[in-house]
Amino acid sequence: MVTKLNDAALSIEKVTFRFGAKLALDQVSFSLRAGQFCALLGPNGAGKSTLFNLLTRLIVSQEGGLSIAGYDLAKAPRAALSRVGAVFQEQTLDLDLSAQRNLTYFAALHGLSGPKARRRIDEALERLGIADRASEKVRTLNGGHRRRLEIARSLIHEPAVMLLDEPTVGLDAASRRAIIEHVHALCADKSLTVLWATHLVDEVEAQDRLVILHRGKLLADGIAEEIAAGHTLTERFLSLTASELEEALA
Amino acid sequence: MPYLICLQAIIARECLRFMGQRGRFVAALVRPLVWLLIFAAGFRAALGLSILPPYPTQITYEIYIVPGLCAMVQLFNGMQSSLSLVYDREMGSMRLLLTSPMPRWWLLTCKLIAGTSISLLQVYAFLAIAAAFGILMPWQGYLLVFPALLLSGLMLGALGLALSSTIKQLENFAGVMNFVIFPMYFLSTALYPLSMMAESSALLGNLCALNPFTHAVELIRFALYGEFNPEATAWTLLTLILFLGFAVWGYDPARGVLRRKLGP
Repeated sequence: MVTKLNDAALSIEKVTFRFGAKLALDQVSFSLRAGQFCALLGPNGAGKSTLFNLLTRLIVSQEGGLSIAGYDLAKAPRAALSRVGAVFQEQTLDLDLSAQRNLTYFAALHGLSGPKARRRIDEALERLGIADRASEKVRTLNGGHRRRLEIARSLIHEPAVMLLDEPTVGLDAASRRAIIEHVHALCADKSLTVLWATHLVDEVEAQDRLVILHRGKLLADGIAEEIAAGHTLTERFLSLTASELEEALA
Repeated sequence: MPYLICLQAIIARECLRFMGQRGRFVAALVRPLVWLLIFAAGFRAALGLSILPPYPTQITYEIYIVPGLCAMVQLFNGMQSSLSLVYDREMGSMRLLLTSPMPRWWLLTCKLIAGTSISLLQVYAFLAIAAAFGILMPWQGYLLVFPALLLSGLMLGALGLALSSTIKQLENFAGVMNFVIFPMYFLSTALYPLSMMAESSALLGNLCALNPFTHAVELIRFALYGEFNPEATAWTLLTLILFLGFAVWGYDPARGVLRRKLGP
């Protein structure tokens, strides 16, 4: 019997992770409630991808606790993973298969098949505005559409939490904007909790929850415009990461 | 039920991908055919084979090396499908696979069964071409070899999975050729009977006898002639369990390949 721990949609408690001697995450803690959009902002090498790998259980944390939709990732990994929808930084689509087949494959990995899977796939494609491309080979789709397809795929099993690791890398401005809007809409309409990792400050909106990560440490956690405190977020982000760097050098 | 849905989807995906990769299929067939039609033709004069089980009469060298070549097809396929998971573009699809809520041992088993299905297609295509060149087995052998090929394919695929999960140095296929495929292939009964190897060197003979690939080859050889080889079956089964266990251990999120691969 798998029991729920708490009511937070996503909870990260004092998570520490080392790759050999290198400290990738240092006592990181924050939690998100259902339906919250949170931008996880940090420069390259901040530890964002390590955190995502921990949350998708590709690796396991040495210290601290992670839970998804109330399920402890260490004690009930399958219950927790079945509630996660992940979009990785690197492409994970099969280019030679059609969009539809890629999604059917994913549905099956979550134990879904037949009319139920078809209905969920159609809904997800419709939702992301790519239903008309369903039968095309992924290779023929542009970068923006491929990303949308990956987002659609991550919705098929109706997750509670969606993790997106720099999902706009390599996309043009219009596609980036479209994807940010799609994900915000999902958050609002489906009460989906979203953790959106990025190193681009302009992807964070004033009302978004914002967590700033730098060199494995949590530097700030709050509403973006409150963290900015009258400055632009870019200025604030640069000053936060720079002062941390100065401290480290001192 | 969700387990079977998952298995079916992984096999279907592997088959679709394989159909799309015509080059891989051609390479998988050309390799054993070169051995069979060129190497064996040249070598038959140099090697005199006495009557040895399971063959009822004296046989030509081409007939002798067919089981070894079937196993070679499976060995290459096992290495290719597993190592590509980790070192090629497929890393992304491996991520997708491993973040599924299915138990990890089942996901790896599905992957293994899917890879083995492909190797069965390849072996039967090879046997058909060999037959077209007049290198024929007893007709029942083509049916009876199926379970043997299934077992040997699973074992060799599991070896690939185990390697992909643990060995860090094998970053490219050339390394795998030198350190796994060649030693396994040449130190086996694929090209020469164990007795001949033992005659030239007792040590090499013993290594041959211990090599799991030898047992896979003998399993196939006996099955093609409608005979059951319990020793080879038991060894192949045992090594399958060992390799698969090793792979599951290696793909444990707390250790092994993912941690290294995802590290800085």
